[in-house]
Amino acid sequence: MTAALHLAYWQTTTIKVVVIMGVVPTATIVVVYTFMFKMMAHMQSRLGPMEAGPHGLLQLIADAGKFLQKEDVFPERSDRAVFALAPIVVLVSTFLLYVVIPAGPRLILSNLDTGIFFALAVSSLSVLGVLMAGWASANKYSLIGALRAAGQLIAYELPLVLGVVGVVIQAGTMSLQGIVNAQAHGAIFGFKTLGEPFILPQFLGFLLFVVGAQAELTQTPFDMPLAESELVAGYVVEYTGFRFLFFYMAEFATAFAFAAIGATLFLGGWYVPGVHGTAADVLGPFVLGTKIMLVSFLIFWFRFTYPRFREDQLQAVAWKYLIPLTLVNIVVTGVLKVVV
Amino acid sequence: MAAVTEYQKAAYIAGQAADARVNIELEAEGMTLNIGPQHPATHGTLRIVVRLDGEQVIWAEPVCGYMHRGYEKLSEVRTYPQITTLVNRIDWLGSFANEVPFILASEKLMGVEAPPRAQWIRTILFEMGRLGNITLFLGEMGVQLGALTPVFYAFRDREHVLNLIEAATGGRFHPNYDRIGGLKEDLPKGWGTEVKGAMTRVRGFCDEMEELLLGNEIFETRSRGIGVIPAAMAAEYGLSGANIRASGVDWDIRRDGDSPLAWKHCDWKVWTHPDGDSFARYWVRLQEVREATRIIDQLLDGLPSGPIQAKVPRIIKVPAGEAWVHTDNPLGEMGYYVVSKGGLGPFRTKIRTPSFSNISILPWLLKGVYVPDVITILSSLYFILGDIDR
Amino acid sequence: MEATAVDERRQPWLDALRDALGDALVGHEIAGADIWVRVERTAWRRAAQACRDRLGCDYFCFISGLDWKSDVDLAGEKVWDPAPPVSSGAEAAGDGRYQTGVAGGEDRFQVMARLFSTKEKMGITLKADLDAEDPRIESLVPLFRGADWHERETWEMFGFTFDGHPGLRHIYLPGEFEGYPLRKDFPLLAREVKPWPGLVDVEAMPGEPEGGAEGAEAEGAQAEGEGGEG
Repeated sequence: MTAALHLAYWQTTTIKVVVIMGVVPTATIVVVYTFMFKMMAHMQSRLGPMEAGPHGLLQLIADAGKFLQKEDVFPERSDRAVFALAPIVVLVSTFLLYVVIPAGPRLILSNLDTGIFFALAVSSLSVLGVLMAGWASANKYSLIGALRAAGQLIAYELPLVLGVVGVVIQAGTMSLQGIVNAQAHGAIFGFKTLGEPFILPQFLGFLLFVVGAQAELTQTPFDMPLAESELVAGYVVEYTGFRFLFFYMAEFATAFAFAAIGATLFLGGWYVPGVHGTAADVLGPFVLGTKIMLVSFLIFWFRFTYPRFREDQLQAVAWKYLIPLTLVNIVVTGVLKVVV
Repeated sequence: MAAVTEYQKAAYIAGQAADARVNIELEAEGMTLNIGPQHPATHGTLRIVVRLDGEQVIWAEPVCGYMHRGYEKLSEVRTYPQITTLVNRIDWLGSFANEVPFILASEKLMGVEAPPRAQWIRTILFEMGRLGNITLFLGEMGVQLGALTPVFYAFRDREHVLNLIEAATGGRFHPNYDRIGGLKEDLPKGWGTEVKGAMTRVRGFCDEMEELLLGNEIFETRSRGIGVIPAAMAAEYGLSGANIRASGVDWDIRRDGDSPLAWKHCDWKVWTHPDGDSFARYWVRLQEVREATRIIDQLLDGLPSGPIQAKVPRIIKVPAGEAWVHTDNPLGEMGYYVVSKGGLGPFRTKIRTPSFSNISILPWLLKGVYVPDVITILSSLYFILGDIDR
Repeated sequence: MEATAVDERRQPWLDALRDALGDALVGHEIAGADIWVRVERTAWRRAAQACRDRLGCDYFCFISGLDWKSDVDLAGEKVWDPAPPVSSGAEAAGDGRYQTGVAGGEDRFQVMARLFSTKEKMGITLKADLDAEDPRIESLVPLFRGADWHERETWEMFGFTFDGHPGLRHIYLPGEFEGYPLRKDFPLLAREVKPWPGLVDVEAMPGEPEGGAEGAEAEGAQAEGEGGEG
């Protein structure tokens, strides 16, 4: 960070760690409260939590407290070390996702050149955690859920990644900061004022990304691994207490992160036309926050409306429909970018 | 006792598979999984032991009886009015519909006929029981398939029906309103108008479900062609109600049996579907709900006035004889075979419940389906535990 | 229902069955828009086959049993019997005859089946007497697959053995239940027969010495008390 204030490396790192430790739970709380409690409730013609705090705002604090004070239970035949490690693996992959998301021109924890590549690679780590959880639980339902998850997450990595490739070609860089700048300085048919949010040229890519993200987050219609009415929570069924809290946090913080990545890639991230420099540093997070809410709204809206796919139908959708579409997208983008 | 059979061994083993005393996984082919008795998809304490090859079922066996309350034995030591109370709890969502066949059987033995007003009101409440039961099904099948939202709409719109049943009879689920010879008491004032309002709401709900679920591509993919039951097989196993109508058999006891209730006084249609798959069963039930609202509207319009109870002695002693009466309950064909020896209570009551026969087809039906489809099939056959286990 | 209308529809059924079974048809009744037919024990499956093939009864409704014993002395308990027999002559005379119901009957146990035709929209009740010492009869499973579960339940509740059934085992009651609950001499209220064994929840493997009884579940069939919403 080149700023007037010169801080030692250990000081900047400490600040970054504190920031991420604060952002991830906050992100979880915001996502869970807005979408899972209130939006879901209102869509289902009920009110959601109203007791804890005004309009149930403190419900999550109460929930967190409840989870933390529970007994730490290990199933008798479970593999203790792996059982304990699995939620941490999943949570770590979530934390790492936040490292590359830019919230302003200088508000980024690590401005990697391979930003989006890093993000997608790191999000795949959660598959490992899921498999560990399913196997170590010594429970057949967990096992079925974990195997389904493995198949699903691996299958839907591809539409996610390939959908993003179109954006990368368009922006010419993999760095997320660079992509935001490309959108800021782009032009829609010569009209420069609004920049060029990539959702317009990359509409197909946006759809593929949202569907892929939905599947990566194991949200309905792709929530076979967690199919509540069949597997009763699938691979997390044996987890209680703070370990379950880790899974819970990981799920929603990842949703937030994916929404952030989607907002950055397609909606322009922290950029709002007319705001530059330090003002962008101040306003950026809020702008990004709004865009994240929009993308999350889409993701959760699908979640509450659609039934779920069966596992083989899910795989068929990924391999037979989504991946060819992504390839078409890449070809068209590449051709148009190079030729036009 | 019978010798230990393969079934008993496998069922026991499935229950104890986590215990390493018997390491079944290495000895048997496929993975044995216990669906239930505590499981969100089994509507209560039904246990299905399945043997899986990956995600495909190679062998399935329902184990019921977790809720067996011994109704037939209990009814041997109760008087006829007391049995009415008991019998409410067999199909607990269908409320009034449980009482009707029993009371009709007793009336048949006594040679008593309830006055027309009572018969019409019985029909109205019977159909309202159908609404209370099947509207839940419409939402619940969505939940089993993953759509979380429709079931909340189901509960919301069902409330109106239940409130009205409560207004008339005093109980939402267990009305205990039918008496030999008529009904307990007359309807409250203004009930008919409120019911009509509720019927409009239920029709709106049906339209909503049609859009949300029937029109949803994922729902169709998940339910079309799943759990196909040919008509002949359905009849052999004793499937009834919407289950057999969805296989194309045009049989409805309300129209075809000669019941003293008031269905013949209104204009309504029996819905069938040729496919016999889960989608068909859902579709038929949706149409039946709509049809039930129309029946209720027509009956309310033409409700005759008059006494609500025929002249029966205070202490009821039903003369000796045997009678079988069945009706088209929300879940299927429910019937009572009442044997009387002239006492205060029946000598023997055989309760024929629809879900018992509906579930008996599962070992045949579940062979070769995937685990998610097991859930779809279970929810489309629609059973109530109290109905299976009596 | 007018008597003539009933006769027109059901009399042909009775005639067809008489034609198919001959002497094996030992009792019948057409009354109240319904038809009962009692057959010899040995002709049970033949009768069901005749119903299926000649009368068109494709729908299997149920199979159950009837135990005609009254005047049961449930030792020790004062059991209120709301259904005292109208005439107590037959059994009191000690000649072993029971007062039975529609279509007659000569013995304590009867098995009954109800079949229905979805085309004619008419049904028939078949009955057969069983031997009081060893009640057994042919199974209808080869004809109607739905008979499987109903015969299991009837075996479990009454003790009738169905020859040819693929596997008679408990359907409602736990694996080691003793006795046949729906027989009249199986007491409902008495706790003397099965004292409360305490709370145990593991069922031992059939054949092994039990580590715990199925006490909690045995109560379900015996204890009085109505079930609530589940």
